[in-house]
Amino acid sequence: MSDSIKQQIEQLVKVHDVVLFMKGTPEFPQCGFSQRVAGILNSMQVPFTAVNVLLDNAVREGIKEYANWPTIPQLYVKGEFTGGCDIISEMHEDGELETLLAPIRMQSEDA
Amino acid sequence: MNETSLPPDCDTLAEIVRRAISGSEVEVGLFSGHDHFEMRVVSTAFAGKNRVTRHQMVYQALGDYMRTEIHALALKTLTPEEAGVNDE
Repeated sequence: MSDSIKQQIEQLVKVHDVVLFMKGTPEFPQCGFSQRVAGILNSMQVPFTAVNVLLDNAVREGIKEYANWPTIPQLYVKGEFTGGCDIISEMHEDGELETLLAPIRMQSEDA
Repeated sequence: MNETSLPPDCDTLAEIVRRAISGSEVEVGLFSGHDHFEMRVVSTAFAGKNRVTRHQMVYQALGDYMRTEIHALALKTLTPEEAGVNDE
């Protein structure tokens, strides 16, 4: 991937605590898996930045290389790739996601 | 090289993963259409590894299939211990 795309991605995941690379938008998701993860975050009332990879193919391909992960959606928490739909769903079910995101939600409430 | 290659079948995918990940038990099913798969892999090789790393091991095994033939893959990765606990 080009340096500029890599920088773009790095900027996004470093500046925003929770970033979801998805197909479509949270309001109009274009894929069931992306819809699922956006839905989970919304139900947890965790603010997140959504990046619609369908708008830019360079980002769509770049993010797969960046995470060494072949699919979309991809969730980043504090700059770290946390998982795709399966992993996020599992973490949500066993409470791990709440543990991970509660501090971020609290921070955003205090701000 | 044929232009309209057949989608991979469940057995093929299971075998590929079995060979790549030591001591693994693999179950593969189609959950939708011909290119949405679900796979359950149980292996001691997953011990001590987080979910992302485990999934990456499976994706690595599937290589090119992930880039082309497989549109979606629902993955469950477990150690024998974790699988045992679930079955009780």
